[in-house]
Amino acid sequence: MPQSTEAAPPAHALPVAGQAAAEASAAAVALPARWRLAVGCGGVEVKSFFRDKMAVAFIFGLPSILLVLLGSIFGGQAAARGVTVGQLFTAGMIAGGIMSTSFQYLAIGVATERESGMLKRLSGTPMPPAAYFAGKIVQVLVCTVSETVLLMAVGMLFYHLHLPTSLGRWWTFAWVFVLGTAACSLLGIAVSSVPRSAASATPVVTLPFLVLQFISGVYVPPNNVPGWMRDIASFFPLKWMAQGMRSAFLPNQAAALEPARSWEHGRTALVLAIWIAGGLVLCAKTFRWQSRR
Amino acid sequence: MVSDLGKSYPGVTAVDGIDLDIGHGEVFALLGPNGAGKTTTVEILEGFRHRDRGTVAVLGHDPARASRAWRARIGIVLQLASAGPELTVREMVRHFAAFYPRPRPPDEVIELVGLTAKAGSQISKLSGGQARRLDVALGIVGRPELLFLDEPTTGFDPEARRQFWELIAELRQDGVTIVLTTHYLDEAEALADRIAVIAAGRIVAEGEPGSLGGRATAAARVSWEPEAGRRTVATATPTQLVAELSREFGGEIPGLTVTRPTLEDIYLELISEAGHAAEH
Repeated sequence: MPQSTEAAPPAHALPVAGQAAAEASAAAVALPARWRLAVGCGGVEVKSFFRDKMAVAFIFGLPSILLVLLGSIFGGQAAARGVTVGQLFTAGMIAGGIMSTSFQYLAIGVATERESGMLKRLSGTPMPPAAYFAGKIVQVLVCTVSETVLLMAVGMLFYHLHLPTSLGRWWTFAWVFVLGTAACSLLGIAVSSVPRSAASATPVVTLPFLVLQFISGVYVPPNNVPGWMRDIASFFPLKWMAQGMRSAFLPNQAAALEPARSWEHGRTALVLAIWIAGGLVLCAKTFRWQSRR
Repeated sequence: MVSDLGKSYPGVTAVDGIDLDIGHGEVFALLGPNGAGKTTTVEILEGFRHRDRGTVAVLGHDPARASRAWRARIGIVLQLASAGPELTVREMVRHFAAFYPRPRPPDEVIELVGLTAKAGSQISKLSGGQARRLDVALGIVGRPELLFLDEPTTGFDPEARRQFWELIAELRQDGVTIVLTTHYLDEAEALADRIAVIAAGRIVAEGEPGSLGGRATAAARVSWEPEAGRRTVATATPTQLVAELSREFGGEIPGLTVTRPTLEDIYLELISEAGHAAEH
């Protein structure tokens, strides 16, 4: 309806309403770009992680200290011709480190954020969910790369670990790293729904992870693990990640130390791919922004 | 805005046919005892929960299908159960401001909620009251047209509550529509243009604070002290009674008081009536 100047309503009533509508429609078109929010979330996640001294000490300190302890206690003896036990431990511990920065940290971190109400609060803002997950991916990648570099440095310093010597071995390292990180991250996000409170998140997540590291040949050389434990471990990603890392760092004759007497690259890729697919489905079905309480 | 809203959980009907119409720029308070359905109702409006029946339109949209554009127009003040990420107050407010198309400047919001002195402090180092102010800052940083406040001043000391009330008055002057739930009747009376009382999942009364539940026309209590103890009479015509008493005593009436029911009296009466109705 055309508005005549005579019938204009009291000085401010309509202009204010009109302005509000105009601003509202401007809001609809000018939402911040998703990629910028993803970068912002990533920055916050990384900053927040490195300020959490306890988490940093735990996530980076524990695998390094365990590596030095285990390598020094059991090291020195040649496990096979040209292979030291220290090298075996380093490769396994890199796999354990990847699972700790991806699976363990994400599962505890997301559970805590859910129980504290942070996730609910974020879901009440115009933040796209993808930005949150992008932020987590950035944080996990930064931490996992740092952890891996740290453990490689410890291994080279103390246990004659050699960096992969050929392009083929670097390629093995790369795909085991990427598939392993992805599988463990998805599993971590899925498991974050299990603890019923922020306080119970750490034990609920850490205990099974600890057991998994023992039976998957991270804390104990794989051929010392009883067969039935190895069979259980072979259903989970960690055993395959550790085996894959050994294949990237150790000389070929070390394959003889594997229970299967070979590196089983095809099977490793298959198991990790299945975990990624299953983890995606599980996350999509179980992820909640709110606590159940 | 809301009609015939319903929500049931296994064995419990939390919200049983609620109708609400909240106008632009209004401060609307939902009062009710714990478990009355306040929070469920508000969470449906906020898009956090899905209703079983009824229709809801918040700023013209169904909150069950919340879009980013719609979320950008509402603000929600939530309490964090424990400390959030390892960020400072300023970093946290900036982080949230980035989600919105035209946020308030973060430092301005921090000033508005009175946290300027703590802007560089870690969130985990804030006191309870300061943490609640941060909650409010995060709710308003996006310049919302509609703001939800769920029991915003629980745990505030009296001074902090006054300051918070002033903040709400400022937001209201800016034309922000505010929906708040509260346990505190004085808070509802001080802030709200209109109040609805929820009990057992239903609205049992709705109106302005001064006239809620027939408060303006409710019987007044006239009380005085003759020789033999105090006497109290409830009457619809207190002026007439006082005039009669005045004649009787020949001027001054000893110990005279005339009171209307307080909002609290009305509220408690409404709640107990609803409780009885639910039992039968």
